[in-house]
Amino acid sequence: MRIPGEDFMTKQVLVIEDEPNIAEAISFILSREGWKVSIHSSGTTAVQAVHDVSPDVLILDVMLPGKSGYDILQDLRSSDATRALPVLMLTARGQKTDRELAQRLGVNRFMTKPFSNTEMLSNLRELVGG
Amino acid sequence: MLTFNTLVVVCFLYVVLLFLVAFGADKRARRSKVRFLSTPMIYTLSLSVYCTAWTFYGAVGYAARSGLEFVTIYLGPTLVMIGWWWFLRKLVRVGRSQRVTSIADLVSSRYGKSNLLGVLVTLIAVVGTTPYIALQLQSVTLSFAVFARDRSAGWAVPDLEQTAIWVAGGLALFTILFGTRNLDVNERHHGVVTAIAVEAVVKLVALLAVGIFVVWGIGGGPQGIAAAMDQVIQDAPEGAWAMQGGRWVGLTFLSAAAFLTLPRMFQVLVVENVNERQLAMASWAFPLYLFLMSLFVIPIAVVGLSLMPAGENPDLFVLTLPLYFEQDGLAMLSFLGGFSSATSMVIVASIALSTMVSNHIIMPIWLSTRLSGAAEYGDARQILLAARRLSIGAILALGYFYYRLSGGGAALAAIGLISFAGVAQVLPAMAGGLFWRGASRSGAVAGLVTGFAIWAYTLFLPSFGEAGVMSASVLANGPWGIEALRPQALFGVDGLDPVVHALFWSLILNCVVFVFISLMSFPSPLERLQAAQFVNVLDHTSSARGRSFNAATSEDLLVMAQQIMGAEQAQAWFQSQAEQQGKQGYLPDTTPDFIARLERELSGLVGTATAHAMIAQILGGATVSVDDLLAVADETQQMLEQTSLMEAKQEELATTARQLSDVNEKLTQLSIQKDAFLSQISHELRTPMTSIRAFSEILRDGGADDPEAAARHASIIHDESVRLTRLLDDLLDLSVLENGQVQLYPKREAVRTVLDRALAATSSVIDQEKVHIHRNRSDEGIALYTDTDRLAQVFINLISNAAKYCDAKGKRLAIRVRERGGELQVDFVDNGSGVPLESQSMIFEKFSRLSDQAAAGGAGLGLAICREIMDKLGGSITYLPGQSGGAFRVTLPVRARLHQTDNPHAQINHL
Amino acid sequence: MRTPREPLFLARQSYRKRRIEDAARLLPLLGVILFLLPLMVGGEVGSMRLAYVFTAWFLLIFSAGILSFFLGQNLDQDASGEDTGRPESSGGIDKTSDDTRRL
Repeated sequence: MRIPGEDFMTKQVLVIEDEPNIAEAISFILSREGWKVSIHSSGTTAVQAVHDVSPDVLILDVMLPGKSGYDILQDLRSSDATRALPVLMLTARGQKTDRELAQRLGVNRFMTKPFSNTEMLSNLRELVGG
Repeated sequence: MLTFNTLVVVCFLYVVLLFLVAFGADKRARRSKVRFLSTPMIYTLSLSVYCTAWTFYGAVGYAARSGLEFVTIYLGPTLVMIGWWWFLRKLVRVGRSQRVTSIADLVSSRYGKSNLLGVLVTLIAVVGTTPYIALQLQSVTLSFAVFARDRSAGWAVPDLEQTAIWVAGGLALFTILFGTRNLDVNERHHGVVTAIAVEAVVKLVALLAVGIFVVWGIGGGPQGIAAAMDQVIQDAPEGAWAMQGGRWVGLTFLSAAAFLTLPRMFQVLVVENVNERQLAMASWAFPLYLFLMSLFVIPIAVVGLSLMPAGENPDLFVLTLPLYFEQDGLAMLSFLGGFSSATSMVIVASIALSTMVSNHIIMPIWLSTRLSGAAEYGDARQILLAARRLSIGAILALGYFYYRLSGGGAALAAIGLISFAGVAQVLPAMAGGLFWRGASRSGAVAGLVTGFAIWAYTLFLPSFGEAGVMSASVLANGPWGIEALRPQALFGVDGLDPVVHALFWSLILNCVVFVFISLMSFPSPLERLQAAQFVNVLDHTSSARGRSFNAATSEDLLVMAQQIMGAEQAQAWFQSQAEQQGKQGYLPDTTPDFIARLERELSGLVGTATAHAMIAQILGGATVSVDDLLAVADETQQMLEQTSLMEAKQEELATTARQLSDVNEKLTQLSIQKDAFLSQISHELRTPMTSIRAFSEILRDGGADDPEAAARHASIIHDESVRLTRLLDDLLDLSVLENGQVQLYPKREAVRTVLDRALAATSSVIDQEKVHIHRNRSDEGIALYTDTDRLAQVFINLISNAAKYCDAKGKRLAIRVRERGGELQVDFVDNGSGVPLESQSMIFEKFSRLSDQAAAGGAGLGLAICREIMDKLGGSITYLPGQSGGAFRVTLPVRARLHQTDNPHAQINHL
Repeated sequence: MRTPREPLFLARQSYRKRRIEDAARLLPLLGVILFLLPLMVGGEVGSMRLAYVFTAWFLLIFSAGILSFFLGQNLDQDASGEDTGRPESSGGIDKTSDDTRRL
């Protein structure tokens, strides 16, 4: 029997989320599965945080103070270092146009808040292992 | 003893008397004392120009030959006069409103101011009237001759031709003197008309006197006359006194038609008419005049036939009977009656004809030889007067020569009816023009030409006798032996009296052609305008709207008008027109109205067509541009009205469209705002729900191993649920406020009490955040009358905001209360960093939660709600910049006017 | 004495006027008929027929006189019709105002 999270022990995830409670929930879920989780709450310094942490996968909120998730994604995609970084986007504004915009900008997964924990986990697994 | 010299002297004195009457009347008219002159009585008497020497002398002769038939000549006019309400009233109204100067002018004006028609009618009138004038000359000459005959003592047999020349010359002089004296706009001749009225009385009195003398003096009273009459009927040739139905009806109709169309009758009936009261009186008085004129005709004829020697000319019984019975005075009176009849007819006819000839023939020719421009009209007035005088001379000369050529005699006596039939050809065009809008110029021309040609062929030319224009063989067998074209039996219609035959064919074909061509043709806009004006003259009396010209300066028009109306008169007229327009000086604006009036003024002098042409020349021929005509033509005016109606509708539609697009834009805006708002709401709702869901799933899946962590997770779920509930409460609150559905419960309370309550409600957060509150309770005694619960809500919001968002270490909140100018001010000032300048304008908008304070939570609806509440309470809430920290000021009038009404924001953002 | 009551039907005046106008229009027709009648009787013209024609004629004149008396009343406003060079002011019988004025 396989120990859950065993394969991902070394995987690093960066969560950019300004709502502390949500960040805490994600952090708890992922840590329990063996992920290494970093939390960042500011939009303005998010790109820097990505470069600092160099995560295997990024969870990105859209509505962030200072800089929106879309802008951050655009910046990441225009930089060589982060072009291939898998990004899972979370938004509370789950409208069709938001999803389309995110996809145009090169998002890998797009989820609407509130989300299912297991769904997020499987998405993340696909992004890193898949 | 009546000598020739006496006769000449009496005659001369009579003419002098007429001169004086005419002169006096003219003078009175000039002094504008026209009241007497325009009485219905004078008008009625002037109509007696219908009774010429032909009727004065000739009626008796007619009765002697054909019995009762002579009355048809009077019955026709009687019917026309008593039917004035139907026809004459309209004719006279048209004549006045259009300033018609002659019958030619009327027809020309009706059919689009066509000069061709003017010329045609003028020609018909001249051809029809000239023999008639000759007839008058003949009768005067004959009556002179009667006196010359049988009287050897001192009587040289006068040269008849010389008498005729003298008479013609004298008449020409009189007519020129009084007929062309006043070249005024009305074309009315008060002097002439008054003189003619005097003559009318003379001829009536003369005939009545002779009649009374004959009946009671020599005839033995009515019984004697009746007996003599029966005798005469027995002696008369078979059928002479029988009533011939065709002639009776035909001649009655003919005299009625001629009464309307004879140029001289039109002159006195229409042109000289001043008002309709004249017509009302004439409607019965003139038939009465005719009745009296014919009352003694048969007695005189009967007595003459039975008492006078055989072979005596019955045409002169009126004169010869008194002479025979040695009644010289009566004979003299009778002579003057005949003389009056002849002269009045000649005078009026030549005035009427000269007006027509000068206006429709001479002036157009003269005009066409000129180049356009006002300066060319330098001598127009003189030319016009000269043309009139020349025409009068020419017409009388024509009459004289006709008299000489025809050699007098029986041929001339028949000319009366022939002349009637000729001028009657104008009737279809005239009557059709008055009553039928569809009557067109082409139709009128064609009808006139047809009728005139048939009249000439069947009646006029044959009247010259077999030695005249038509040979006996043509009369008997038709031209080139074509029987159907025999002049007096056209198309094989045989056995009709020649006059009735000619009248029948000429008028029938005239009418048929006139109607047919009218139906076929398409009139010009100007023509249609005139048609509408004529036909509807009784409906509306306002004058026609003219065309609009901007090209012509009124100076040009003044220059032209001066030369036609005379300088002084033209200037006065122009000045009055300018005054009417509210302008000083002599130059009014060339408005369509002004042009129309000027044209009417001028048409009184030179005729409609000529005036029109003159103005057209001045105006550079721009007269009949489509747009100008569209503006005036009655039918097109209706079209215009419709068009403008449609334009108005179109504009209305455009306005509606604009409004719709405005509304649409607003709706789109609203929709965008609503979308944004919904998106915001969605975000605000989903955020706490995300935490709740995530942690509840964690709990469901077993939860954290660490009980402390598990408890924390549960409390997060609880907090987020509370946040969610509060958000929904706020949303509902805001929605209610914005929709104006909020009910206010005002009560009297001191500010202090309200603040106390607010602080009590926020005590937990104050304690939690360790905020130090500064109050000056002594300032807070101000009493309010407002919904203090709502005000407390605002205070609570502000206090908790300060507690939550103040970023100072030792949080302090100062609450200051004061009254300024009837206004209560409550300031909430904390010692934090406050709201950055760029955000200050946004903090009262919904969900404007400042980004860098996001972590502190809150839906960002609080300040928006505060603003709505203060708005409802009649006060306001503002951010106070430049304080030691974050500062909000609540302002409220001490005597608040509470707003229960809808808030303008409500329509946009309600949920 | 009772004061005369106001006429109940105020349009009576104008109604009467219109009927008089009708009569004025019909009068020439009557004239035509009267003058055509002698034709129905053949033969020579005697003093009887002469008397008839003149009597009919006089009757017509008399009727026209009576009608013209009534019609002429309606033309009062036109009495000042001597033109003063301003055609707008001449002519024009305002029927309604005329009626009301004389009520």
